[in-house]
Amino acid sequence: MTSRDATHGPGALAASAQNALGGDNYLNHGRGVWSWLTTLDHKRIGVMYLVSILAAFLLGGVFALLLRTELLTPQQTIMKADTYNQMFTLHGAVMIFLFIIPGIPAALGNFVLPLMLGAKDVAFPRLNLASYYLWVTGALFALISMITGAVDTGWTFYTPYSTTTSTSVISMVFGAFILGFSSIFTGLNFVVTIHKMRPPGMTWFRMPLFLWGLYGTAIIQILATPVLGITLLLIIAERALGVGIFDPALGGDPVLFQHFFWFYSHPAVYIMILPAMGVISELMATFSRKRIFGYTFIAGSSIAIAVISFLVWGHHMFVAGQSNLAGMIFSFLTFLVAIPSAIKVFNWTATMYKGSVWLATPMLYALSFLFLFGIGGLTGLFLGALATDVHLHDTYFVVAHFHYVMFGGTVMGFLGGLHYWWPKMFGRMYSERWGRIAALLIFVGFNVTFFAQFVMGSQGMPRRYYNYLPEFTTYHVISTLGSYLLGAGFLIVLVYLIHSLAKGQPAPANPWGAATAEWQTPSPPPHDNFLQDPVVDDPYDVERWRWDAELAGYRLEGATARPAGAV
Amino acid sequence: MGVSSIQGGGGGGFWLPRAASTGAGAVDALFYFILAISLIFFALIVGLMILFVVRYRRRAGHGPEASPAHNTPLEITWSVIPLAIVIGIFAWGFKVFMDLATAPANAYEVQVTAQKWSWLYTYPNGHVDNVLHVPGDRPVKLVMTSEDVIHSFFVPAFRVKRDVVPGRYSTLWFEALEPGEYQVYCTEYCGTGHSDMLSKVVVHPPGGFEKWLEDASNILNTLPPAEAGERLYRTRGCIQCHSMDGAAGIGPTFRGLVGTQRAMRGGAVVIADENYLRESILEPQSRVVAGFEPVMPTYKGRLKDEEITALIAFIKSLKGENGGGQ
Amino acid sequence: MSHTSPHDAAHDPHLAHHFPDAATQFEAGKLGMWIFLATEILLFGGLFCAYAVYRAHHPEIFIYAHQFLDKVLGGINTAVLIISSLTMAWAVRAAQLGHQRALVRLLTATIALGFVFLGIKYVEYEHKWKEGLLPGTRFTHPLPEGTTASPPAPVEPAPVGVAGEEATTIPPAARGPAGLADPAAAPPAGPPRVPRNVQIFFGIYFTMTGLHALHVIAGMITLMWILRRARRGEFGPRYFTPVDLAGLYWHLVDLIWIYLFPLLYLIH
Repeated sequence: MTSRDATHGPGALAASAQNALGGDNYLNHGRGVWSWLTTLDHKRIGVMYLVSILAAFLLGGVFALLLRTELLTPQQTIMKADTYNQMFTLHGAVMIFLFIIPGIPAALGNFVLPLMLGAKDVAFPRLNLASYYLWVTGALFALISMITGAVDTGWTFYTPYSTTTSTSVISMVFGAFILGFSSIFTGLNFVVTIHKMRPPGMTWFRMPLFLWGLYGTAIIQILATPVLGITLLLIIAERALGVGIFDPALGGDPVLFQHFFWFYSHPAVYIMILPAMGVISELMATFSRKRIFGYTFIAGSSIAIAVISFLVWGHHMFVAGQSNLAGMIFSFLTFLVAIPSAIKVFNWTATMYKGSVWLATPMLYALSFLFLFGIGGLTGLFLGALATDVHLHDTYFVVAHFHYVMFGGTVMGFLGGLHYWWPKMFGRMYSERWGRIAALLIFVGFNVTFFAQFVMGSQGMPRRYYNYLPEFTTYHVISTLGSYLLGAGFLIVLVYLIHSLAKGQPAPANPWGAATAEWQTPSPPPHDNFLQDPVVDDPYDVERWRWDAELAGYRLEGATARPAGAV
Repeated sequence: MGVSSIQGGGGGGFWLPRAASTGAGAVDALFYFILAISLIFFALIVGLMILFVVRYRRRAGHGPEASPAHNTPLEITWSVIPLAIVIGIFAWGFKVFMDLATAPANAYEVQVTAQKWSWLYTYPNGHVDNVLHVPGDRPVKLVMTSEDVIHSFFVPAFRVKRDVVPGRYSTLWFEALEPGEYQVYCTEYCGTGHSDMLSKVVVHPPGGFEKWLEDASNILNTLPPAEAGERLYRTRGCIQCHSMDGAAGIGPTFRGLVGTQRAMRGGAVVIADENYLRESILEPQSRVVAGFEPVMPTYKGRLKDEEITALIAFIKSLKGENGGGQ
Repeated sequence: MSHTSPHDAAHDPHLAHHFPDAATQFEAGKLGMWIFLATEILLFGGLFCAYAVYRAHHPEIFIYAHQFLDKVLGGINTAVLIISSLTMAWAVRAAQLGHQRALVRLLTATIALGFVFLGIKYVEYEHKWKEGLLPGTRFTHPLPEGTTASPPAPVEPAPVGVAGEEATTIPPAARGPAGLADPAAAPPAGPPRVPRNVQIFFGIYFTMTGLHALHVIAGMITLMWILRRARRGEFGPRYFTPVDLAGLYWHLVDLIWIYLFPLLYLIH
């Protein structure tokens, strides 16, 4: 690797060292497919994950558009009932297990985490590669299931339907089981990395908030996913060996399945949202050019959410047959878990106060997040309250709620993070104009698609319905048209991002003026992450970075010229 | 009977169908309260967001101004106030839930059986029907179980819902506010026919219910066998899967069935005579017609012998174009 | 930080390039293994939970059915695993002290005891198979007169107007002629009452011990790999991490059995 800069100390990256597309970087360090397939470089693993989960998102998205097209008319439109039932199952399973749970941690976290710590890699690089291959294996089993008869149980696999239906449940469930291990090992890797590989001086409360988000997520991944694992194994045992643990005809209890399933799947939704919240913290600070407001509460709330999330699973089962006492406890705890999320939203909004707000594309996604996650979170109040949940459970109200938080929340966070770290990952800027157009289209399309679903849900429209009564037609038509807008928005994003890889402006090391460590290395980074030790200091002291028109980026001022690593 | 159109999605406000049970009002009040709180907080957050984005937008010559990065009293305040509000919502929701959880002692009981993909109601005198008729002047309690997988009984107009689980009983109760017809949905995914597993509640004015029950229970005595059989065909779940006009369905059509040769899964060929029909009703899994799935639940213990005879008479009356049937 | 000192890298072939020093690497490895063990505890936790739920609701099934398990064989297996944990811990100590021959012998002993464990489990499973003491629909063991080891009617009384058998498409568990009569299951007065759904116990038994056995096998494969490296002299006071971590795993496998044994075999 060519040594670039002879000067030492902070802020010494010369203009020529800002962009490394023409020189050595992790993308061209070692050539050929084999060097990628056997890589131990967390950056390459992150990129492979990114491509893979985006492919899964595309597949799940196509399923969604087909479903919505079927729902244009009250009766059959383009497919039969069984196909529809399989398709909504696959939409859910692919989106949840293949896209959103690995999502931000695997695609963005893998890339960014060591860089933010000023480290060379994660704690266990080989385990990291293994996690990726487990994802691929899980995806293969899911594909096998799709080809051999698919699944029609809903992604929730409720028994006894899932243990008696004739579709290819075992391969899908086994695929999910393997994906669970991918998730566990990623979480394990991140926890150990954050515990053991922080640089000297980076105490817990000097970590960037994205890392707090990843840490909270990793705790949940480690503790909750094994319970899903055993639940899935029991479904397989039930189907293949007739074990009878969930079959009422054999003395089993079908509702016990629901307890096991939701014990994982509720914390799982926090696996989905915590990393996105971490991204939003970074974006709000950077694009307001301000220190994040209320750092301690935000950090603490990530942990609070992680802990309380394990105690609320029964709110999926208020009408399933659990005792009223259990319902009461779960309802109460559900309301408690809402508070840390609310605190974050207030803190993010307050961060913009007296700031200098830059509406770049990542920030548009962050603002979208505030709006959409706000709606999603508030509609959770209706569902957490026992009396109203009885009416709203299993209706489109729930469907709208979780799409607002998972899609309007996590996916907006993912898109924001993707657009934020894209220049770092690939050394290219994308078209800001098209970025903003797509963000707006996605925001509008999303609301048109899903807001109508709240209303039809509270009016009584049940979920997972292939046919529906004519009185709901207008809502469905509106929702479907919105989904086409959404699809168009994503198509635009795909086009300009790919275009930027070939034709985008070369990116400087720090196009956004952020203060975390990953911006102190060229774009794209070298194989070993840093040319010289980064100044790993206060992650939100953006004042030290000044705009340099020549660089078309920010450069570090040597305001506090501390040698690397000093406390 | 004074029935109006089925109340399910229309006739109410923007958000909710018209409240049609004594318990619905309390649920709706909580709903609107939560809606109001949500709108207030949403307006607050989005309003501030827009205000800050505009007021503090990036401009040449303007940098960020100094401001504290935390404010403990403020942060505690905006943690405690929402906490108090949500605890209030919790308590209200819990109270209404508990009030609606236990049926009054004088409730009229109907047994409900869910199966893929129809609802069957068994009245105290033994009559079985696929429409839930209830008296309008007393509370009604449903005792429900499933024949196969988990279903869920949902009447939006009454704001009631309960999962129906195989191997156990679950209950719900309501008291209708006025006569009419109200939509019933299955709202726990249960397979191919899940979205067609519809039913309705018919609420009778005072005196109407008893008369209806008496008439309905007597069809075997008051109607010719084939007509009684057709009534049973429509009310016992057969119609969900077997057409009477030749249309394809989840199960074979009844039209032109009797007297023909049938190919079974596994290769055997049988003649569809009375004994075959009876066996198909009582042990449907023993021989399944080729090209169909083994999904029919058994009716052993759920149809009396006279009812089976009436059904067979009805099926025989459905002639095909080539003269099949008798 | 982002690079190690050249001094360390030259001297320690085991130090990975992304760790600043060997101590951090060792601590990271240990933390990682403990976290992995936590996930294993949660994996089995689901099964222990299922056990608790069913035992709380149907204690009679467990009290009756556990008699079919052989306490002696189970007890021997428990002793076997405990001793294997001892040899394993001793092996870790040997690695730390650089006693190569002892390390190899102790690892071999641990693996051998694992084989003994699996052998006894095979004997037990074979017996269950022959007797038809299997889960769910495969339960074909003849139970004494007075039993209805068949699909249950609902727990509460049948609804008005519906008579006759359970209408389910799932075939019932077999019922056979009178055979085994167990005086221990009989209450003091009246004929012996055999509970319904005895097969539930075997569902729990086989899933718990089966999953555990799979973990024993995985552990033994890991130990065989460690043994191979030990015979090549890879471990010593400067580097014994793999032995240490494998030992932790093996202890967990032992610990899980120590809970399984009384819960399944020693029910009163």
